[in-house]
Formats: sequence, structure tokens, C-alpha cells
Amino acid sequence: MQPILDIVDLKKYFPEVKAVDGVGFSLAPGTCFGLLGPNGAGKTTAVEVIEGVLAPTAGEILYKGAPRGATFKNEVGIQFQNTELPQYLTVGETLRTFRGLYDRRADLPWLVETCRLDEIIDRDNRRISGGQKQRLLLAMALANDPELLFLDEPTTGLDPQARRHLWDIVRDITARGTTIVLTTHYMEEAEILCDVIGIIDRGRIIAQGRPRDLVREHCGGASITLRGPIDDDLLGRLPCRHSRDNGRVEIQTDDPAECLRLLMERGVDLATVSVRPQNLEDLFLTLTGHELRA
Amino acid sequence: MTMAPLRRIWILFIARNREFLRDRSSLAWNILFPVLVIIGFGLLFDANGQDRYKVGLIGPPGGAVSERLGKARYLSIIPFESERAAMAKLLHHRIDLLVDPARGVYWTSSTSPRSYVAERIALGAPDPRDSGLRREVVAGREVPYIEWLFPGILGMNMMFSALFGVGYVVVRYRKNGVLKRMSVTPLSPWEFLTAQIVSRMFLILLTTSIVFAGVALMKGFAVRGSPLSLALVFALGGFSMIALALLIAARSGSEEFAGGVLNIISWPMMFLSEVWFSLEGALSWVQSAALLFPLTHMIRAARMIMNDGAGLFDVRWHLAALALMSLVFLAAGSLLFKWQKT
Repeated sequence: MQPILDIVDLKKYFPEVKAVDGVGFSLAPGTCFGLLGPNGAGKTTAVEVIEGVLAPTAGEILYKGAPRGATFKNEVGIQFQNTELPQYLTVGETLRTFRGLYDRRADLPWLVETCRLDEIIDRDNRRISGGQKQRLLLAMALANDPELLFLDEPTTGLDPQARRHLWDIVRDITARGTTIVLTTHYMEEAEILCDVIGIIDRGRIIAQGRPRDLVREHCGGASITLRGPIDDDLLGRLPCRHSRDNGRVEIQTDDPAECLRLLMERGVDLATVSVRPQNLEDLFLTLTGHELRA
Repeated sequence: MTMAPLRRIWILFIARNREFLRDRSSLAWNILFPVLVIIGFGLLFDANGQDRYKVGLIGPPGGAVSERLGKARYLSIIPFESERAAMAKLLHHRIDLLVDPARGVYWTSSTSPRSYVAERIALGAPDPRDSGLRREVVAGREVPYIEWLFPGILGMNMMFSALFGVGYVVVRYRKNGVLKRMSVTPLSPWEFLTAQIVSRMFLILLTTSIVFAGVALMKGFAVRGSPLSLALVFALGGFSMIALALLIAARSGSEEFAGGVLNIISWPMMFLSEVWFSLEGALSWVQSAALLFPLTHMIRAARMIMNDGAGLFDVRWHLAALALMSLVFLAAGSLLFKWQKT
């Protein structure tokens, strides 16, 4: 199957920083692809170059096998990270205005229903919550019934409930077969929504694949967290990597049983110990040496 | 060309009009401000409210001096019972001259120019008829100051509405990302700019018509020339100032910067375009500089039509200047336009 989006060695350099330094990936239609990385990793710059907002320094961007042409804007939907809404317009008027700018338009009742806007459709843009605003921005991005949808950190700043609402909507859109490129620095968001992720750090994708495969491949063990006191001498003798953070010790190990046995032998209080399988956060730490939330 | 560009322009035109008409404070300012200025100046220049010189008169009313002063133009007679109270008023410039007919004496304030003029009017000026000159009344219709001022006030209001209403809004939309969001739709820059121009033209002409009708009803004056010619002058003037606003707002993403530039342009334009006073007698370079402002041409042409009954042929050079400026501003603004902050 021909990829809907093919990115080859994409670079975007600013005078003092290489924001994107050789990013490449290929997306089959219907895929939800997540670019996962901390703030400043180059996620937003990479997608804005692909969207056509910024000009690339080098590289190739192929949409349906060809350079982006005149139809590109009509066929893609975009939700930026920070966009204010026009003042003095209602939610419904804003949606109709942006929908009217496209030659192909999504069914309006479907947009309102999918993005749960019916209750606020007549409300002034200035009087909606952060979650409602993100849902409206998502509806605006869907206004042309796009084949390819870009979502740049769509849930940043939202409370957990609003975030879950938005995830539900994104899953509905994915189920319709829309291809999605999503950037996030939330590991949970990437795990729940994305079929494939690219882990980006300092402008480069350092690992790419299905979330479970990546974790299995790069960190198959467990994470052990110790909240009690422990000396460095003991830590040094454990078969693991470790880091200290706010009085907490985080241990990454491929052999959790051996680790726990040694800790018990040394009299560490097990009530202060928690063990969990490794996840994308640990994967990021393993690959880059620094935390995703940094 | 398909209908899509027209549809997009129409959609933005409607959206922008809604924003303007729902912004009550801005709407009220656009309509009430010129009306209040005209009412205020009307009161100030009303014959009965004419600025008069105040002469204090000590003692009971009546008598030859009192009668003579009462007949003089531009003097108001204010009676006082005691010299002490009257003198305090003169010292504090609350009155301009103080006369005591019983004692045959009067006082002036040596530091007050008003006192000097009041003295000349009240006591020193001879009756012109005694000098052997013949008195004549000026022929033809004199233009009342209010009627001269009105086109200027309308023009000033249009200028502020065009410059700040378009320039500021475009910069704010660029700053907060609305323009960036529009840039990834099929909307083209020329469609966006056209929608802004058409919307603001419509709103400027609408508010100007309301103000014009209201003031004409209140003050009872009419246009001596063709109303259509006047509408054309206002339309072309408004267009050129909107084009100037788009040029100013072509790139900036800073409201502070744009506000500064708009103020730097609008205030000299207001003072040099003869909104409030004529530039007759001003330095020649000041008069030449005034011709660089579209507002100057619009107000001069509007005054010629409203006050003197001029036709379009009479104001052709002003129209040509406005058309040329519009073209230059619009071409430069379109070429420089960026959706995003540079």
C-alpha cells in the first residue's frame, strides 16, 4: 500500500539551533503515528514543516507519493498547539466560518456530535473552558473531513477528565480510517492512541515502532521504585541502573527477582518498594539518559 | 475562477462584521464619539453661549455706564454689592474687568490678556461709525464653524476606525495565532485582505451614515453638493486609509509596536489634515506635508462638496491623490503581508 505520508531526512535549522536534524518516517493510511518527546525536542517544528507552515532546510515531504500540491490544504486537518479563537463569535459560528473556507466540507451535525459541541454551540468563544476549546479546535481541524490529521499536543494543559474526553474523540476518528500524526509528551497518551510512535530527542527520531515492541526490545525488565533510605554502596552492587529523584530511587533492571532478593537481604523495608513493568517513560530514559518530562 | 474565493471572502466578511457589531464598546465609540464632538462644539459656538468677557459692576443695576456696557457685544455684566468681593474675583481671573460707576473708576488685571480685550471693548473702543467709515454686512452665506468642522470629524472617525479597526485586529490575529490557523486552510492572502477591506468599508460607511443622519437631523444642515459625490469621496478616502492600515499591519505580531506606529501616523494626520483648524498661514513645508496624508484629501474634497456644493470634477485632484495612495498602500501591503510573525 502506498504511504499517505513519506518523510525523508527532514531538516529544519534555525540560526542557533538544529531544531529538526534528519527526521524520517513513513505512514500507511489509517495509522495513528505519535511523535513522543520532551519540550524542545523538535516535535512541533517537525510537524509544522510537514504541514507547510515552515519551510524545510532540507529533506523530502511526499503526500500520497508526490510533493504536496494545491490539494494538500484541502485534504489535511491541522490543530496547532496554541491558537486563540476569533473574539465575539460563538462556537457554532466559528466552526461554520472555518468549515466554509474549505472546498470539501465535513457534515456539520457529524462534527458537532463527534466533538461533543452540541451543548456549547451557541456559547461565545470567550466563555468556554480549556477542554471545550480543544474540542472546538479539533472540530475545526476536522471541518474538511481530512484524510490526514495533525494534532500538536492536543491535551496539554487539560485536566484528566477533559484529556480522556479528547482521547475518546481521537479514537473515534481513528476508527473512521483517518491517518493521524500526533505529538505529545505524555507517555500514556502515546500508548493509548498511537499505533506507531517515533521517539524524538534533539531533532532526531531515535527509535520508531509499535509502543509494546519498542518497550520489549529496549527495556524488557521492570522498574523498581524505593521511597525509603538506601546507601549508594548497596545500590552499586545491584544488577541494575538507577537514578535518584526527590529522595526517591528509580531502579531499572532486567532481573527484578534478583534485585528484590538483594534488597531484602540488606533489610530494605519492602513497604517502601513498588515494582512495575517498564513503559515508554523508561524507554525514553534508557535511550536518551534523561526523562521525558524534563 | 470558481466561486470558492468569493465564498471564502463572503464568509470572512460576515464573521468580521459580527465581531465588530458585537463589540459594543467599539461600536458605541465609533458612533457616539463624532456626535458628542459635534454637540460639544455646537454648544461652544452657539451664539448664546458665545465665549464672552465678564465685566463686574459694583453697585445697583441701572445707570448710564451699566446701560452702555450692557449693549456692547461679547460682554457679560455681573453685578457685585461690594468692591472687596468683586476684587477677589478679578484677582483670580473669574471676571475680566471691574467697574465702579459711582466712583468713576475701573480696574484691569495687568497679567490677563482677556482683561486687556475686555477693557478695549468696554471702555476704549470708539464707535466705528464715529470714524467716518461706512458699515457693511458681508455678502453671501458664511459657513458656520460647525458645518466646516463636521466633515473633518467624520473623516477623523473614519481614520481611527480604519487604522485601528483593521491594523490592530490583523496584528492581534497574527499574534494570537488566528492568522496562522487560517493560513493552513485554502484561504489565500488576497482573499483574506479583500474580506478585511470590504468588511471595514461596509462598517465605516454604515457608521458614518448613521452619524451623518443623526447630526444632520439634530443640527439641521444639509449637503450643498451631491450626496453621491460625497459618498464616493468617503468611500475612496476610507479605502485608502484601510489600505494604509493593512500596510502597517502587514508583518508585525506585536500589538505594542503596531499601536505605536498607528499613533505616530494617526495623530499628525489628524492635526495636519485640517480636522480641527485650517492650515492657512502655517509654514509652507507643513502645508506640503499635509498633502501626503489621505485624510487631508478626503476632508478637503468632502468640505468642498458639503460646504461649497462642488462637483466631482472640482475635487478630481483629491480623488486622484486618494486613488494613487490606495494603490500604493495596497500593493505594498499585499507584497509585504505575512500570515505569521517574522
